[in-house]
Amino acid sequence: MERYLLRNIENANSADIEEYEKAGGYQSLKKALSMEPKAIIEEVKKSGLRGRGGAGFPTGMKWTFASADPKFPKYLICNADEGEPGTFKDRPILEKNPHLLIEGMIISAHALQARYGYIYLRGEYPQAREILENAIKQAYEKGYLGDNVLGSDTGFHLSVHQGAGAYICGEETALIESLEGKRGQPRIKPPFPVNVGVFSMPTVVNNVETLSNIPYIIEIGAEAYSKIGSPDCPGPKLYSVSGHVEKPGVYELPMGTTLREIIYTHAGGIKGGKNLKAVIPGGISTPVLPADKIDCPMDFVSMPKHGSMLGSGAVIVFDETTCLVKVCWRAMKFFEHESCGKCTPCREGTGWMRSVLERIENGQGKDGDIDLLLDIAGNIAGKTFCPLGDGAAVVTMNFIKHFRNEFEEHITNKGCIQGTKTA
Amino acid sequence: MKELDTIKEKYPTTRAAILPALYIAQEKFGWLSPEAIEEVSSTLNVPKALVRGVSTFYAMYKHKPMGRHLIQLCTNVSCMIFGAETLLELLKNKYGLEPGGTTEDGRFSLVIMECIGACDRAPAMLVNNDFHSNLDDNNITEILEKYK
Repeated sequence: MERYLLRNIENANSADIEEYEKAGGYQSLKKALSMEPKAIIEEVKKSGLRGRGGAGFPTGMKWTFASADPKFPKYLICNADEGEPGTFKDRPILEKNPHLLIEGMIISAHALQARYGYIYLRGEYPQAREILENAIKQAYEKGYLGDNVLGSDTGFHLSVHQGAGAYICGEETALIESLEGKRGQPRIKPPFPVNVGVFSMPTVVNNVETLSNIPYIIEIGAEAYSKIGSPDCPGPKLYSVSGHVEKPGVYELPMGTTLREIIYTHAGGIKGGKNLKAVIPGGISTPVLPADKIDCPMDFVSMPKHGSMLGSGAVIVFDETTCLVKVCWRAMKFFEHESCGKCTPCREGTGWMRSVLERIENGQGKDGDIDLLLDIAGNIAGKTFCPLGDGAAVVTMNFIKHFRNEFEEHITNKGCIQGTKTA
Repeated sequence: MKELDTIKEKYPTTRAAILPALYIAQEKFGWLSPEAIEEVSSTLNVPKALVRGVSTFYAMYKHKPMGRHLIQLCTNVSCMIFGAETLLELLKNKYGLEPGGTTEDGRFSLVIMECIGACDRAPAMLVNNDFHSNLDDNNITEILEKYK
């Protein structure tokens, strides 16, 4: 497949506006400015584009809600708080192709009649900040940003807002709180951000990759776009592959490429010719899959039918030598660290599960510990404001579902037979 | 904190400038000392308790003095399976560095990170604002020697 999102990134100056224009950049914006805002929203709806942040919500529908709200000014926020462990797909766009994102944001702002935009960038990407700020400056100089975008009546002002190391701020209402200068704790919904978002105004929050798809939809049209990849959620998709594979990296493939093809054809198979043991297919919060369950199309609709989720498309691969109790423990340490503390089941449950997993891994596991873990997980799932708690619960449940033997062996043998311990 | 004037213009409320202001104050004072919090509070005209409350939520704001160079090492799953923990051992043995601690000579501080988006080049760390990846026992010491 011809690459669109990662087009031109081998060019060392791909982040420069002149290079981007030379490769056809900002042509979609010119086309979009000649279109009525509502017509662009219709086009995005027809394209079938779904949000690439993890939830897979139809972008056109989100835009329709925000557009229908009579309050102004409206805000457009790009969620660049890529923090789901295993995920690094937005990074090449932010660092190598920033103008694609900016062009996508200006078109979206025109469609939504949003006058102000922010890129909420994670604090852990200092290089991206410099690159984005420079790109925004260039876009202002060329008249793509400002009170009159390319001399039109559409005005759009864009700046970068840097996060400061909080995973939860990837959740859109927590992100909005953080942008307002508060602790990043999720809000209860409704009201939804499309009606009452940042500074109490209608707000659309879209992921980097989602917004970067917009120029492509305008360029080739909704109909052609909707024929790429899976019919129910079409388009190109960025998959970030890490762990025990020969060629880890970010791969742009049609949505719905199977997990097997991603691992064996594109990422070069298992490192050192070893056997596959398990895969986390969509970032650490998605259910683990055993080696014999990887013939699943990686898209939002198919993955739940195959026992997991697409999430952010972050594939983490484990070979036969990996201790999965330890992986589960490390995942839980992450959830414990990142729980914002608002909801009791998540705040208390993540730490509790981490400590039980820790004693199992270190040889002090007791009979009944596995059921205890399932009991705690069951008391978190569905009982929290935001999906962080659900993620922690689902991770535990699925590691035990597919690899219960390994947990039992740790308890019976008083430790990991591979000799691993928690750090 | 003059640079704050241009930052404040980007937002309809002054409060929204707290996060950028905390970064500027941290850069100036080295950490978010009581003086740093005071300065953010008085510049933005926002109560001190509120500034402190916001600052403690975020892992990248420092609430104690840091060494000259900040090592932020990822130990999350993709880095862990490629030996991030042995790097922790090495930092402890060679520099006496514990997670959250600072070397006696004030050269390095160490913070454990939850994924820095470099999983395809694991294990990885940030030293100050510089990315270093594909780390092992040998190259990590070579890299760190460049930070005096």
